[in-house]
Amino acid sequence: MDLTLSDEQRLLRDSADRFVAETFNADHRKKAASDPLGYSPAIWKQFAELGWLALPIAEAHGGLGGGAIEIGLLMEAFGRGLVSEPFLSTVVIGAALVAECGTEAQQQAILPRIAEGALTLAFAHSERAARFDLGHVDTTATKTADGWRLNGSKIAVLDGAAARQIIVSARVTNANGASGKLGLFLAPKGTPGITTRDYARLGGGRGCNLDLKDVQLPADARLGDGQDALAAIEIVIDRAMAALGAEAVGIMQTLLDTTLEYTKIRKQFGRPLSANQVIRHRLADVAMQVDEARSMALRAALMANAEPVARGRAASGAKAKIGKCARFVAEQAVQLHGAMGVTEELDIGAYFKRLLAFDTLFGGSAHHYRRHAALSGRVQA
Amino acid sequence: MDLTFSAEERAFEQEVRDYITESLTPEMKRATALTPSVFSDPDIGMAWQRALHKKGWGAPGWPVEHGGPDWTPAQRWIFEAECARAGVPNVNVMGVKMVGPVIIGFGSPEQQNFYLPRILSGEDYWCQGYSEPGSGSDLSSLKTRAVRDGDDYVINGTKIWTTHAHHANRMFALVRTSDGERQQDGISFILIDMKTPGITTRPILTIGGDHEVNQVFFDDVRVPVANRVGEEGKGWTYGKYLLEFERGSGIASAKLREALKTITDLAGSEVTGRAIEDPDIAIRMSEVEVDIDALEMTELRVLSALQTGQNPGAVSSLIKLRVSEIRQAVTRLGVDVIGQDGLAVEPARPFYRLNHEPAIPEELLPVVPEYLNGRAYTIFGGSSEIQRDIIAKMVLGL
Repeated sequence: MDLTLSDEQRLLRDSADRFVAETFNADHRKKAASDPLGYSPAIWKQFAELGWLALPIAEAHGGLGGGAIEIGLLMEAFGRGLVSEPFLSTVVIGAALVAECGTEAQQQAILPRIAEGALTLAFAHSERAARFDLGHVDTTATKTADGWRLNGSKIAVLDGAAARQIIVSARVTNANGASGKLGLFLAPKGTPGITTRDYARLGGGRGCNLDLKDVQLPADARLGDGQDALAAIEIVIDRAMAALGAEAVGIMQTLLDTTLEYTKIRKQFGRPLSANQVIRHRLADVAMQVDEARSMALRAALMANAEPVARGRAASGAKAKIGKCARFVAEQAVQLHGAMGVTEELDIGAYFKRLLAFDTLFGGSAHHYRRHAALSGRVQA
Repeated sequence: MDLTFSAEERAFEQEVRDYITESLTPEMKRATALTPSVFSDPDIGMAWQRALHKKGWGAPGWPVEHGGPDWTPAQRWIFEAECARAGVPNVNVMGVKMVGPVIIGFGSPEQQNFYLPRILSGEDYWCQGYSEPGSGSDLSSLKTRAVRDGDDYVINGTKIWTTHAHHANRMFALVRTSDGERQQDGISFILIDMKTPGITTRPILTIGGDHEVNQVFFDDVRVPVANRVGEEGKGWTYGKYLLEFERGSGIASAKLREALKTITDLAGSEVTGRAIEDPDIAIRMSEVEVDIDALEMTELRVLSALQTGQNPGAVSSLIKLRVSEIRQAVTRLGVDVIGQDGLAVEPARPFYRLNHEPAIPEELLPVVPEYLNGRAYTIFGGSSEIQRDIIAKMVLGL
């Protein structure tokens, strides 16, 4: 039992904190917000040089073999700076799906390119009718003479605009239309039949909805040897939620620090806001929830390789709890900043919106408490 | 970073488990499960203290020269977790965990030689004389006065909320020996024999129907000056040191997990008409369990810092606040789980030695009293409001 950081981990955290503090300020965010790509390729190149894109990739595939703890350290720093680079989509989700599902040849072809910064990915999985059910996929993939034909619609594709390839989940159907296993398909950007509706994502970065109309893909576009991909998707999304939890902790800590500072400086009735007990107690509650969130994000990271039920309970527990804490912390940060808190003139709003986005991504608190209860055998899934 | 214990620690865990299996009698276990107050009655609690002492485990937190087992923080964690899992009696903490560390830290060698062995063996049973009718959260405004007369102090005043004063043969108390500039000055820490003439005890029933706390009156009570711990007038420092122990140096998550498991088992059984089939109840159980997970991680983060010799920081107020809120959430859930059987009030005590057949199944008896008594969790040891004051000041620097 040891929850202290190793020397390497401490170095990683310090360099990430430094880089984020120097690079991702309010000016940068304003520029990024109007960028149709949603991120800076120059910064992405620096991420690669710092080794961050190689972090969780196996050494055999050009990576550093890091785990959920290292990802969490980076994500927490990213949260502090509201980084909108497609790290989650490409490295935490994309590379992990390839590592979990891909054949050795596919891994060799894709993972080193991610590590060196040459390839960005997005994961097109969610569908409107599925709500947050990872196993509900209506998009179909039909085997054709020389490959696959995909049809369907996807929503909330994170960083779709930035991605050079999109991993699309689809239900593999046979000739008479009966549905079978869940498959993952690599579709290069610009493949005919894919229409995207790109948008600026709540809280920073880009997202898109996409329609697939008779999209033709080659036979080797499917990741893996034909196994059902749901178990792998669950592993990867559980780990992504742990990573997002760490990011949320970075955001919440920043909101707490900023709000503390503001309540000390802002004077009303001749004394600082922080002299009032009602304000002090509120801030104590905010601090407590930030700390609880920190514990839950760490727990989810430590359980990232546990057996599926324990891993899922930890991930859903963390997502639910951190989501609840995030909403509280964000709402109190705005409240305690008074009218200024609801303007675009302060950074508070940007952090607030990123936490709101966090809570809904991959399912909100209510969904994940329910999944936790289901995995615990308390309610029907 | 990892959550796993080493092979030696696993072996230790097994040793603890084996010893508990060997020495925890079914009577002790049943009595503990059926006790809705904070601490077990002394016959049950002290029986367990003696069993621990026999093994050399009577005071896990004490230094080895005073009879502590010289455990690492991880071993203490494992010990507490195993005790919680097994449902061992809740030994009154006033001796081993409260006055013991103060005597070790500030007592004279004579005091240490006399009192510490008697705490370990369970020969002495302690109560805490801190709160007074006019001094609750504002403890340092206390007025019970000790006036020097030769080799004695003469004590007059009253203490309240004194847990198990009706069982205790000794009390450690904060008394005013002089009036200083600040109200924290002039307080002394004193050890009192409860059989001294002039002491009377009045029972106070809590809303759960239990007699656990009392009011104690002092009427010209003569206590030797030699019974003062440390310097005259420095009692506030010693008392605060002890409150830090009360506020969360302990390990609470394991016990909370067991309490939730008890409620979950009731909810899954016919005795509550399978309350768990109500999805609202089931999901609230997950909410509480996740809160316990977060608390456990915070406790482990503190433990890990202690293991590597780091200062965990001012988290004890944070932990105290969460522990008390989660305890209340568990008891609230309990009341909702047992439904209309919660209407049946059983006034007799103890529940494990009733002379009649209760109106409801035995295992349901403590549920409502636990909820009612549990309202005190956010009040004693510094109310939640005081804890928030402390967090604002000590953690946030406001």
